[in-house]
Amino acid sequence: MKKKLSLLERMAAVPHIVWIALFIVGPMLFVLYFAFTDKNNQFSFSNIGQLGNYSHIFLLSVLFALIATAVCLLIGYPLAYFMARSKPSTQRILMILLMLPMWVSLLIRTYSLLVLLDNGGLINSLLKAMGRKEPLKIIGTGFAVVLGMIYDFLPYMVLPIYTSISKLDNRYLEAAADLGCTPVGTIFRVVLPLTVPGILSGVTMVFVPSISTFYISQKLGGGKMELIGDTIERQFKQATANAYHVGAALSLVMMILILISTLIMNKISDGDEGGVLV
Amino acid sequence: MKVFSKIYLVLIFLLLYAPILVLIVFSFNEKGSFAAYTGVSLKWYRELFRDSTALDSLRNSLVLAVSSAAVATGIGTFAALGLDRMRLRWLKNSISAVTNIPMMNPDIVTGVSMMLLFVAVGGILQTDLTGFFSMLIAHITFSLPYVILSILPRFKQFDRSLREAAMDLGCTPAQSFFKIEFPHILPGIVTGFIMAFTLSLDDFVISHFVSSPDFVTLPLYIYNQTAHKVKYSMYALCTLIILAILVLLLLVNFVSGIGARGKRKKEIA
Amino acid sequence: MKKIICLVLAVFLLLPALALSSCGEKATTLYVYNWGEYISDGSEGSYNTNKEFEAWYFETYGERVKVNYTTYDSNEDMYAKISGGGTKYDIVIPSDYMIARMIKEGMLRKINKENIPNLKNIDLSPVFGEAKPYYDPEQEYSVPYTYGTVGIIYDTTKVAEEDLTGWDLMWNEKYKGDILQFNNSRDAFATAMFKLGYSVNTTDEAQWRAALEELKTQRTKCDPGYVMDDVFNKMETGSAAIAPYYAGDFLTMYEENDNLALFYPPEGTNIYVDAMCILNTSKNSEIAERYINFMLSEEPAIANAEATYYASPNKLVVNSEVYKSDMAEVHEDVMDILYGTSEIPMQFYENLPDETLELINELWEKVKIN
Repeated sequence: MKKKLSLLERMAAVPHIVWIALFIVGPMLFVLYFAFTDKNNQFSFSNIGQLGNYSHIFLLSVLFALIATAVCLLIGYPLAYFMARSKPSTQRILMILLMLPMWVSLLIRTYSLLVLLDNGGLINSLLKAMGRKEPLKIIGTGFAVVLGMIYDFLPYMVLPIYTSISKLDNRYLEAAADLGCTPVGTIFRVVLPLTVPGILSGVTMVFVPSISTFYISQKLGGGKMELIGDTIERQFKQATANAYHVGAALSLVMMILILISTLIMNKISDGDEGGVLV
Repeated sequence: MKVFSKIYLVLIFLLLYAPILVLIVFSFNEKGSFAAYTGVSLKWYRELFRDSTALDSLRNSLVLAVSSAAVATGIGTFAALGLDRMRLRWLKNSISAVTNIPMMNPDIVTGVSMMLLFVAVGGILQTDLTGFFSMLIAHITFSLPYVILSILPRFKQFDRSLREAAMDLGCTPAQSFFKIEFPHILPGIVTGFIMAFTLSLDDFVISHFVSSPDFVTLPLYIYNQTAHKVKYSMYALCTLIILAILVLLLLVNFVSGIGARGKRKKEIA
Repeated sequence: MKKIICLVLAVFLLLPALALSSCGEKATTLYVYNWGEYISDGSEGSYNTNKEFEAWYFETYGERVKVNYTTYDSNEDMYAKISGGGTKYDIVIPSDYMIARMIKEGMLRKINKENIPNLKNIDLSPVFGEAKPYYDPEQEYSVPYTYGTVGIIYDTTKVAEEDLTGWDLMWNEKYKGDILQFNNSRDAFATAMFKLGYSVNTTDEAQWRAALEELKTQRTKCDPGYVMDDVFNKMETGSAAIAPYYAGDFLTMYEENDNLALFYPPEGTNIYVDAMCILNTSKNSEIAERYINFMLSEEPAIANAEATYYASPNKLVVNSEVYKSDMAEVHEDVMDILYGTSEIPMQFYENLPDETLELINELWEKVKIN
């Protein structure tokens, strides 16, 4: 059956198409243009050629983001599991407790961490009052930056995992127990494989902001550490740098990196869904 | 196991809340300092309400969030309608793919790309394009995928035979749309609007790149504060924001709790 | 339920309309573009300069003027914004070298001095002596607002007296991890230039490269934190021990942490003058001149000097007993710190040629990604 569509129905998406052409495709083209031109607007590979100078910053960013994501998963999965297993009324309270930090600006959360951990911060003041001479130097280390990522993005890991665990059909678990699985065995053999989509979406939601952050590394890195987000931010926002062309090339690389990892994740998650169906 | 899970939950939530609690406690400190707690006082709250920059940024944030959410919901609703009716699969898929780019990309890349657009076009036209309108455009753009994502499924779930039935009973196509289909997708539109609103209110990274000093929103104000010598009234501001969000979450939870119970009752009846 | 949703939506849609309509009063708007935290803004019960100006203007001229006040973080930020075109600003307050550049590029308007009788209060002789200000010799385009110097701020509980020899304090490995460095190319390179005894305005590439080596050594040996205004928080809480920054800002930090002290390295240091200018694109230059005139009168000038703690070129301020006693409460040597720097060799930043600026940026990138 084919029904004739009204004019409105046929044209409804047009404003949207125009919008995304102007403001999504357009800006992407500008990134490409700037990445492949020099400051005299001549076509050039020099920006791409310079990327090698930044490889160690890229590697450090990837490393930090990977550690943060892994730790978030390790802490977050049990958290989500315990949350999903508690009483419905408790679950509701826990949900609010988990959502609240998510809605508090990332800037505030990161800054409060700085206030707490700085050399002259609260923890060190307490330690000093207790008689410790040298402050615990946390700010300015990679540890502080990764800690900041974990602290800021943990809820993004917990939420999708929690959703997929609570959607889980309880009969699977009962069946596993009936078939002689220990409780721990059930978790590893049944719950974990069935919640892979939740895990993957949590991993993306932590990894992407972690690898591209600049505020966390600026504040918690104490000005001693530069991640790729800081480098890009500096090229665009620090007035004396004004190096849009190199910045665009860096952004392009980051975009491609994220795109590839998202595609890989989608592949894994599609494959798994197929597995469950079989 | 039970005890362990309880301890684990309490521990993690304590750690999650410790820094925020510290901020809240010190917002009531009379001396503007973290070095010593000299007494409980509302001094910094009074100071905050005298600070016109902070209040302006709050107003700007609300204006921007409402207007960007309204436009995004408008465009997004029609887009969802169009996408739902679209028969060319490849076109539909490629539109969705492009729409979702801001959702997949790191915010910094979206922000940078938009900044390049405004700077380059502004350079050609010899005008300053950054300010309220650049922010509005950016916020609409990154809200669109979320709006469409919350409306499109509603269209898909809708049973079209209902509309045909309505038309058989004498409704015009327009009537059948507004009386039958529209009420069905309305909850999706509302969700989309609320999502766009909160996303806009919360955004810092993209705004950081497309903004101008003429139009400062709340997250940008907080960023400026933490980049300079922090006024202690900022901690009062943070406390108020946290409180507002808590109240909002409780309210939403309460309303949805009543809604869920009502639904259950109806089902039982 | 539907009605509630409609109501909520209606309220949301009306909100911006209400917010916008509330500021629709008829008044000329004067756009002032200034550094952040660079004016007495009424916080903590202080003098609210812009509000007072609006009231004063209405009293004196019978017309309503509204000041639209926005801020920038660096001369370069401000320059980029204005040179992009299409801005509405009337008044900007750049530093000396940027004023020179903006005059050269025709961005500033000559000031009608008849509208600024208070110009008689200005005395730049503490800075220039008999000489004329290099950036605007005849003072045609600019009216000085503040001036100041860079010194090294240190924590007396951590830094030993005998280490205060000069700029090499910032290269002292003993204080590894406790040193802060400017997070912008010009200022950071200047610290190395002073240490090496070069001019901060050299166009000799070899000297810039030598400074680069110094900064790299500093980075590997002393692990400095590159910060700008974070320095306040870091020094006030004692999270760092050594930081080069502006003398006025030292006083702000000292108020919070009296373990701090300031020291001017004998090799010399940087001095600057920030001055009020009217842009060529200004539509209200007369009001702008009246604003500048107002800023030079006694009450606002003292209030601003006491809010920013920077040295004032205004005789009414420097000679005011109220000002002196207020500042003495902040620090006992305040007049020496701000005004008694004539013994130390001072260098202004000059507007460098584009090639040199590009070279500095390129070298700075090397420091940052080292």
